[in-house]
Amino acid sequence: MNASDIVSPENLVYAKPELMNDNHMHYCPGCSHGVVHKVIAEVIKELGLQEKTIGIAPVGCAVFAYKYLDIDWQEAAHGRAPALATAVKRLLPDRMVFTYQGDGDLAAIGTAETIHAANRGENIAIVFINNGIYGMTGGQMAPTTLSNMVTSTSPDGRNVETMGGPLKMLDMLALLDGVCLATRVSVHTAAAVKKTRRMIKLAFENSMAGKGTSIVEVVSTCNAGWKMTPAAANDWMVENMFPVFPIGDLKNI
Amino acid sequence: MAKVKGYVEINTGRCKGCNLCVVSCPTDTLDLQPREVNDRGYHYVYMKNPDDCIGCANCGFVCPDGCLTVYRKKVL
Repeated sequence: MNASDIVSPENLVYAKPELMNDNHMHYCPGCSHGVVHKVIAEVIKELGLQEKTIGIAPVGCAVFAYKYLDIDWQEAAHGRAPALATAVKRLLPDRMVFTYQGDGDLAAIGTAETIHAANRGENIAIVFINNGIYGMTGGQMAPTTLSNMVTSTSPDGRNVETMGGPLKMLDMLALLDGVCLATRVSVHTAAAVKKTRRMIKLAFENSMAGKGTSIVEVVSTCNAGWKMTPAAANDWMVENMFPVFPIGDLKNI
Repeated sequence: MAKVKGYVEINTGRCKGCNLCVVSCPTDTLDLQPREVNDRGYHYVYMKNPDDCIGCANCGFVCPDGCLTVYRKKVL
């Protein structure tokens, strides 16, 4: 049997989501951002919300997210995505509003906005990409950098005594009453990608149902910042990130 | 027993040669081109052993750039 016998629409198992356009993505080869973009595009299509979704793009590597997904986007100042999402959702309550933020955006400069938006229980979904490093600016230490992890601004490793330990934003946010979903997922295998799709779908449904703030933390890789190949970065993530940021639901009501 | 045959269509211009699909493949169907590169200079992925493909779509799910389209058909 040759390829022409198999390639037909009824045999299709997997294809690039329709909402993702053909623009070449600027991400490094093997970057987790691309997978999460695909998952978001699939979920929005599945829920039929392409005309009703407003995404809030962050500052960080995903700053150009609006170029790759054919939905409405707003660009926020660094860290202010939850504040902007609050405004959008309050003015247009029938829209599905989500923010897409990295750890430098959500856990460093945007800590206050994130915590207060979650505490108010704004009906938004937050997709939090945690790769433990500032990828865009050259691999500097982030609040979520692991203990003893070498980065360009902690060349001897992160010293917990002087620099503190990795900030567990999700654990903090799960304590707040306004949060209805706080879950940690990853995208390193096909099974993990499917799980992530289920959780992001739930988060988007929560936003539409007005249940409160949903946070989906995606533990991901930054192979360029970690100075590894993409496959080695996935293994390193499983070995070192997962013990500190364990996968699973912290809150799901 | 019915067998399944798969086929992976590759958007070679979009591929960045990250190798994630290659390590995710349970049947060692895929590999990166050893010498050929695409317009952007990446060693793009190709079906090295097309007969082994079972169409599980693991490669498609983990591909960060959406380069892979996977088809699967039952054969008797």
